[in-house]
Formats: sequence, structure tokens, C-alpha cells
Amino acid sequence: MDADLALAARLAADLDGAFRALVTAHQDRLYTIALRLLGDHRDAEEVAQDAFVRAYRAMADYDAERIRELRLRPWLASIVVNLSRNRRRRLDERTPPLQLEPIVDAGGDAAFPDRGATPHERAARRETVRTLAAALADLPPGPRAAVVLRHVDGLSVTETAAALDRPEGTVKAQVSRGLAALRLQLAHDPDLAAHRRELTA
Amino acid sequence: MTARRPSGAAAAAPDIDLDLESALAGLTVPAPETLALATLVAVGLADRCAELPSPLGPIVVAWNGRGISWVDRAGDPDAFGARFERVVGRPVHRAEAVPADLARAVAARLAGDRRIRIKLDLRGRTEFETAVLMKALEIPRGEVRPYGWIAAEIGRPKAVRAVGTALAHNPVPLVVPCHRVVRSDGSIGQYSLGGPSAKRTILAAEGLDPASLEAGARAGIRFLGSDTTHVVCLPTCHNAKRITPQHRVPFRSLAAADAAGYRACRECRPAAGSRAIAA
Repeated sequence: MDADLALAARLAADLDGAFRALVTAHQDRLYTIALRLLGDHRDAEEVAQDAFVRAYRAMADYDAERIRELRLRPWLASIVVNLSRNRRRRLDERTPPLQLEPIVDAGGDAAFPDRGATPHERAARRETVRTLAAALADLPPGPRAAVVLRHVDGLSVTETAAALDRPEGTVKAQVSRGLAALRLQLAHDPDLAAHRRELTA
Repeated sequence: MTARRPSGAAAAAPDIDLDLESALAGLTVPAPETLALATLVAVGLADRCAELPSPLGPIVVAWNGRGISWVDRAGDPDAFGARFERVVGRPVHRAEAVPADLARAVAARLAGDRRIRIKLDLRGRTEFETAVLMKALEIPRGEVRPYGWIAAEIGRPKAVRAVGTALAHNPVPLVVPCHRVVRSDGSIGQYSLGGPSAKRTILAAEGLDPASLEAGARAGIRFLGSDTTHVVCLPTCHNAKRITPQHRVPFRSLAAADAAGYRACRECRPAAGSRAIAA
């Protein structure tokens, strides 16, 4: 958080000079949010890029004071969520309903760069990621966005509420509804149940 | 990050809740390596470059999200990169090819189509320099205008030398056709993209005859009039080219044309840049 305050101050003083640092600091999370909302790597990369471009343009119009006061984490998250929602809507309009199953691409090894693990463990973890990402993609849009920001991205309830422009109470309810649905779905997943047994054995 | 456990976990065992939240936190994926550069290029904080054909041989074109930022003759890529970074102050990255829409726009511009929209990144130019370059964009293919014409057209009639300097520093030659601007006495003048001989080459490729242009200049012919319409033009104006030889009347000055009862062509506007005639 302190790092973000310092970054916002640098952006306020010299947008062009500090923008690269903003991209470096936030690209993984913006990409992750978009990927978990959209389920497709290419869409996620385009949305993340678009979000940065919008952030840049917005800041170019803001005065220094307004940039300094930006809370970068929830602000950038809100841009990605909105762009993802728009893209999803466009995709939905173009795609016939039968093909609406979310294409889930979980990111494979990249999500778990744990070299120490045995191939078996790695494969099991990959499977967990895939299952979880698929379960997440099955959530309704509201709870999904809330869970992604709150638990994948790690925003606080207050920040999540700010990013989603919803009351905190609504966010809390959506997060717990989302978690409950995930838990239910994962409990019925045989592979994951086996994996969990292995880990706790 | 601390694991947050939902309250009142009646059914699910606590370790599963913990598992779920940490597993969700583990869904983070590193952004693809291409994202940062693509983003910086999109906002114009980095550039890409690739080669295109031109009448002067292969050229290298640099661009970013704001438009074309640089045009140069193709040569040693490393030297180009170093020069670009030194002059422009941004890194430039080789791309496979110029994007199709950009390549099409450059080709259309080189072919003389001035209607096609082309985005130019002219950051770092002064207001005056930008006005000079924008004015040069208006000069049709196969025609030339004197430096003084640009100076007068942009409302700075005395800044002829500054116009020359601005054109010499044109970052996007060929695309902004600074080669179509010649000295006020009609001689061919300098050219940043390979000197006067390259300027002759490109003007010839555009359908002008540089030799006759310079011969006319040496003979003191600055303007051509038609004794049927009594309109006077700059010698390369497409209206001047249509005057048949028996009706063609050369003038050394606009004052002489004015005295003979000729009015200035409304397309090439020869009045601009002439001290002799007061509009």
C-alpha cells in the first residue's frame, strides 16, 4: 500500500516517467483479474492492456492532486472489471448460446512455479487450479467479480466495494455466496477430493 | 496474506475453508511478457519499427499508439535504434512488420492520396514546427512549393529560414512530404533523407522533372500565367501544367503578373510568400 502511495506521487509528478513502474507493479494482478473474469488468455491480455491505456489517459486529464489521491489498487481493478464486463457482453452477443460455456484456461504451470515439488505434486496442483478456475467461471457475474477481487487479488472488503461500486454489505454477501458455491462444487469434484485427502494424509 | 475464514462455517471443515481461500490466492498468473511492451507502445512511451518499401529504397518506419514517430532510410538496425533513442528519448523495438493499416496509409500517402488518414506522433515539436509540417502535408504529389509559401500560409511570412530548419528536422520524411518544398528561387534545396540527389529522385518518382524545374528557376521564371484565364500559378501547380504552350506566360514576379492584370490561382495561392504583391 505504501508502495502504491509513493507510486501515485511519482505519477502525479511525472506521468510519463513513472508509468512504466505502474505497469511493472500492477500487470500481473490486472492480467489475473481479467483472466479469472473472462477465462481466456488472449482476451485477458487485451483487457489488461486496455485498462492500462485507459488509466494513462485518465491520469493525463487529472491534475496532480487527483492522481496523488488515487488508490491505485482498487482504481485499476475497477477499470479491469468494467472492461471485462463490456467484453463479456460483446462476446455474449456475438456467440450463439450453445457455445457459451466459458473457455477456461487456468494458466498451467505459471500459477505454481514450485520447482521443488515432484511431478506428481505439480500435476495435482495444476489440476486444483484448473478445477478451481472452472468453478469460479461458473459463478454468476456478481459473486465471481467479488470473489476474484477479494480473494484472488486480495483486496480488502472496502477496496472491493470501491472497485465494484457496490455497498460493502452487498460485497460481503456476494463473496460469501460465491465461496459457498465454490465449496459446494469442489466438494463434489472427485479429483480434488482425492487431492485433498493426499495433502492431509 | 492472512487467510480469512467465513464466519459460521457450520458444514464445511475449517481446513477446507482455509484451503479454498489460499487456493484462490494461488490463482494469480504472471502477465505475459508481451503485455508491458504492448502497453507502453499503446500509450506512446515506447515504439516499434519495421521496414517498408519507398521510391528511395527500403525505409524504416517507427510508430506507437499515437502514430508514426520516425521515418528513415533503412540501414544498420542497431545504429537506427541507438539514434532513435538518442534523438527521441524512447526505446524502439523491432517488429516483424508494419501493421497493415499503417502500411496501407503510408503507401497511399506516398502514392499521393492526401485523403487517407494517417496518425503522426509529433510530440516534441514546437507549435511552429507542427504548423510547418501540417502545411507541407497539403502539397500535392507532383508539385512543389517554396519555403516562403509555407511561411506565408502559416501566417509567419518572415520565418522562411525557420521553415527550412523545421523541415530539415522533419521526423517523418516522405510521409510528411518535405521533399516537395524547394528554395524560394526555385532551386531544389536541401533534403534530410539523403541530400539533394535523393530529393531529385523522389520528386522524379512523383512525376516532376527536376532538371526542367531547375532550368526554369535559373531562367528566373517563378510563376506561370495563362493568357486566356489571366490566372497566375506556381510553375508546378496542376493548373499551370494544363496551360498549353502557346498560352503560357512566364513571370519573374507576382508584381509583374499583377501589373499585367493576372489574379493568383486559388489552389496554389502564389500570392503567399511573395513580398512584391500585396493581397
